[in-house]
Amino acid sequence: MIPRTVFEEEHEMFRSSVRRFLEEEVMPYHAQWEKDGQVDRELWRKAGAQGYLVPQAPEIYGGAEADFRYNAVIDEEVSRSGCTGLGWGVHSDIVVPYLMNYGSTAQKERYIAACVRGDIVTAIAMTEPGTGSDLQGIRTTAIADGDDYVINGSKTFITNGQHADLIVVVCKTDPGAGAAGTSLIL
Amino acid sequence: MKAQDTSELFFSDVRVPKENLLGEEGKGFAYLMQELPQERLSIGIMAMAASHTVLQQTIDYVKERKAFGKPIATFQNTQFKLAELDTELTSAQVFMDRCLELLVQGELDTVTASKAKLLGSELQCRIVDECVQLHGGYGFMWEYPVARAFADSRVQRIYGGTSEVMKLIIGRSLIAD
Ligand SMILES: Cc1cc2nc3c(=O)[nH]c(=O)nc-3n(C[C@H](O)[C@H](O)[C@H](O)COP(=O)(O)OP(=O)(O)OC[C@H]3O[C@@H](n4cnc5c(N)ncnc54)[C@H](O)[C@@H]3O)c2cc1C
Ligand SMILES: Cc1cc2nc3c(=O)[nH]c(=O)nc-3n(C[C@H](O)[C@H](O)[C@H](O)COP(=O)(O)OP(=O)(O)OC[C@H]3O[C@@H](n4cnc5c(N)ncnc54)[C@H](O)[C@@H]3O)c2cc1C
Repeated sequence: MIPRTVFEEEHEMFRSSVRRFLEEEVMPYHAQWEKDGQVDRELWRKAGAQGYLVPQAPEIYGGAEADFRYNAVIDEEVSRSGCTGLGWGVHSDIVVPYLMNYGSTAQKERYIAACVRGDIVTAIAMTEPGTGSDLQGIRTTAIADGDDYVINGSKTFITNGQHADLIVVVCKTDPGAGAAGTSLIL
Repeated sequence: MKAQDTSELFFSDVRVPKENLLGEEGKGFAYLMQELPQERLSIGIMAMAASHTVLQQTIDYVKERKAFGKPIATFQNTQFKLAELDTELTSAQVFMDRCLELLVQGELDTVTASKAKLLGSELQCRIVDECVQLHGGYGFMWEYPVARAFADSRVQRIYGGTSEVMKLIIGRSLIAD
């Protein structure tokens, strides 16, 4: 064995609590959720109450301002449990970071705390039926019209797609401009 | 991943207020490129954890299961397979942990994150496949965790950017002037 040195003692304590939560609140129900095709929505709120969603979020938005190793601990424990129905990784590691890094103050105030609590579940919609690897080739458009964007197109393989309250949609705001015409819209 | 609510979404003249734009118009692609390393490392990290689990389950299984009058763990082939897998996993975990340190320091670059995703997901699939094999016919039965691990592992080489796309990114960086 090569001992792992990346984690501190507090990460390992956190790990024990995540593991216990998964054993008590997730594993006994996962088989049923597989039949249902989705996990119980309430689980998101339970996980949020424990601080297992977006631990890196700023304290002013209800987060723990934890370093990414806490996300890694959650990812590892979820993976270890074999409970593949949990879309927490997409939510915490991928989508909410877009809000944290590129959102306006108004957007952050409106959404991040609810994402930490599990009241808002997020998803990201990049892939389309006609294009996945070639992200520059997306065809969904968002055309400005007065105070709105009007979105047309379709997206596929969207993790958390059923539970999602907030989706980051990758669209073309300037369909002629290739990558430079691509924008992210909530 | 049968409990995962992966879905198709259709937008037909959906109106959203302009204030729902994230960041600046036209910068979407740059933002994606900025955020993808974290997503890709997460996939690599999860690959390691899933691999450890299935390898341990398999070690437990081969010690219990008997063929030709003795535990299949006693066959040299079984031990050699396990030895290979554990060696690869041990070394990949060290790489993954180092990538995590770099990410925390804000220093994980796109190419290295692509290597983490490529290495992690490909190794996971190789390990799970060998573990199914060591389970014999039971490895193919849904009631066995290893069968689920086999089904679930496969998509790791596809989402978050396919293995081929990871190689494109790494390859381009190698021949760049
Ligand atoms: C369970 C699951 C969850 C997912 N979750 C999400 C999500 O939440 N959000 C989201 O936006 N997407 C999601 N995806 C979509 C996923 O990211 C795409 O499937 C993936 O990027 C590949 O795109 P594609 O399926 O269109 O394949 P294609 O792009 O059609 O690729 C087909 C094959 O061609 C190869 N290929 C493509 N281009 C090249 C090239 N230049 N050189 C060599 N080979 C190439 C690919 O590697 C692949 O082997 C999910 C997919 C799955 C299965
Ligand atoms: C879909 C399906 C359909 C099937 N259909 C039929 C059918 O119609 N009729 C029927 O009779 N059976 C059938 N089988 C059973 C199948 O033939 C057995 O699963 C197969 O022979 C392996 O036996 P086992 O599962 O007991 O594995 P085990 O014998 O327990 O083997 C476990 C592992 O140990 C390895 N091993 C065993 N002995 C040694 C050794 N001496 N040295 C090194 N390694 C060793 C094996 O290669 C394997 O990797 C079916 C199985 C499946 C999954």
